[in-house]
Amino acid sequence: MKRDLKLRDVAVLGVGHTKFGRSPEKSLMDLFGEAALEAIRASNIEKERIEAVFVGQHVGELTDGVSNFAPFAAAEIGLAGVPAVRTEGACASSSVAFREAYLLVATGVYDVVLVGGVERLLSAGTALGTRALATSADGVYEFNAGLTFPGIFAMAAILYSQKYGIPLDELREKMAHVSIKNHKYGALNPKAQFYKKYGDLKVEDVLNSRMIAYPLTLLDCCPMTDGAAAVVLAEASIAEKHVDKPIYVLGAGLSSAGGIYRQRDVTVPMSRVRSCKMAFEQAGLTPEDVDVVELHDCFTIAEIIASEAMGFFEFGEGADAVAEGKTKIGGKVAINPSGGLIGKGHPVGATGVSQIYAIVKQLRNEMEPRELQVHNAKIGMTDTLGGDFGTICNIILSTERRGEA
Amino acid sequence: MGKLTFKAYFDALREGKLLGLKCKACGKVTCPPMSVCQECGADELEVVEMKNSGVIKTFTVIHVAPAGLENEAPYVVCEVETDDGPWLVGRLDIKPEEASIELVGRRVTITGQELPPERHYPDKERRVVPLFKLS
Ligand SMILES: [Zn+2]
Repeated sequence: MKRDLKLRDVAVLGVGHTKFGRSPEKSLMDLFGEAALEAIRASNIEKERIEAVFVGQHVGELTDGVSNFAPFAAAEIGLAGVPAVRTEGACASSSVAFREAYLLVATGVYDVVLVGGVERLLSAGTALGTRALATSADGVYEFNAGLTFPGIFAMAAILYSQKYGIPLDELREKMAHVSIKNHKYGALNPKAQFYKKYGDLKVEDVLNSRMIAYPLTLLDCCPMTDGAAAVVLAEASIAEKHVDKPIYVLGAGLSSAGGIYRQRDVTVPMSRVRSCKMAFEQAGLTPEDVDVVELHDCFTIAEIIASEAMGFFEFGEGADAVAEGKTKIGGKVAINPSGGLIGKGHPVGATGVSQIYAIVKQLRNEMEPRELQVHNAKIGMTDTLGGDFGTICNIILSTERRGEA
Repeated sequence: MGKLTFKAYFDALREGKLLGLKCKACGKVTCPPMSVCQECGADELEVVEMKNSGVIKTFTVIHVAPAGLENEAPYVVCEVETDDGPWLVGRLDIKPEEASIELVGRRVTITGQELPPERHYPDKERRVVPLFKLS
């Protein structure tokens, strides 16, 4: 982005979030409408003020036989006629939607917009869901070998073990702590797919659950999920007139990469390093300033890799950090207090905005239940990964306007 | 010189030939094919036959396969660093129960294996995959 570009301050107003889990009775549109209307109501703003709709949606074609989702989504909530745009960046689809919407408000194209995301993967079943997700890796040179997403991160775990000289069995035990932590928080979160489930896992439970892609077991993996999330974004002075606690967008990074075989060492994903640098530079902040993080723990090893590339830990130290409790609520930096993808669920197209929802709740000191609230959280950050590090999007949010924090 | 298409690349691989694109600017090899050099981005490339050998960098055993490939599971997928430089994703020709961390660093030869096509795969007639054999 041009350095001299004048950006207006932009803030999040209301937020909406469905209960993540299995929703066979609700269509993609039912889920989207539920989250979108919750966000609009919480914004205390006339719906007619919304000038455009942005929706992140990944594989509706395969799971629900639906494409061209955005115009139908706008019509569903009574906004037929406004520009309506779908973004597709795999698991980062709605983070990309949020960033594009943010930039268009920041540059003055719109004053008020709605951003949402939705997916139905659990209702699609495991085989179709796995096939649908595999479309976001290299559809020719990775899919031909039958490579799946658990497989991609399984290979990343082995690269990590080799690179840092951590014996694989030892690394698997450290990885298990990601699952234990995120399931503990997810079990407390009423919006989570695994609410009241798996809240007291042991290392052995993770190691001994069903093998999905060696060395990753079922409990190393996030689940397939149905769900939706939405937020209203507006120019900051408008936001301040309508809600008591606007949450300001300070930075929004986005980067890209080709297949894993071109990236080679995915323990240091360059797309994430670049995206985070972009977001931190825009915000004028460093990783040390961040109080709470919702990052892309699609697999246990993925959280470790992300916690390093985002700058919270040195490369090679993320596995020890989680095992030593440094990423718990109250630790050096609270990572995934909502339960993350592993505990809360991963409705792919909705995940980015769900992370924004969780950070907004934290920064407003409104996280429920209260034991999931990070004390005195002022700066929060999201990290969403699409495909095999092909799309990485990072958003930095704050209780204060730019320059005042 | 036209671009090496995915079809031409896989047809050659099926015959046991690994084709790459040698860059006239930096001399490095790109594989699988791309529109530009994967190392420097230059677009003057010539098709070359690569050495059929490399080293295993990482692997996994897929127990849960995507729809359309269920009958193939479990199978071993790995990434190999070819002796010409590029990394490739392919299948390893061993029994899944024989896979262990000792595979990392082992040398392999590279051929092609033809598998049944799958509904969404871009080649509707065949699916060719690099097949690595321990040497
Ligand atoms: Zn070159």
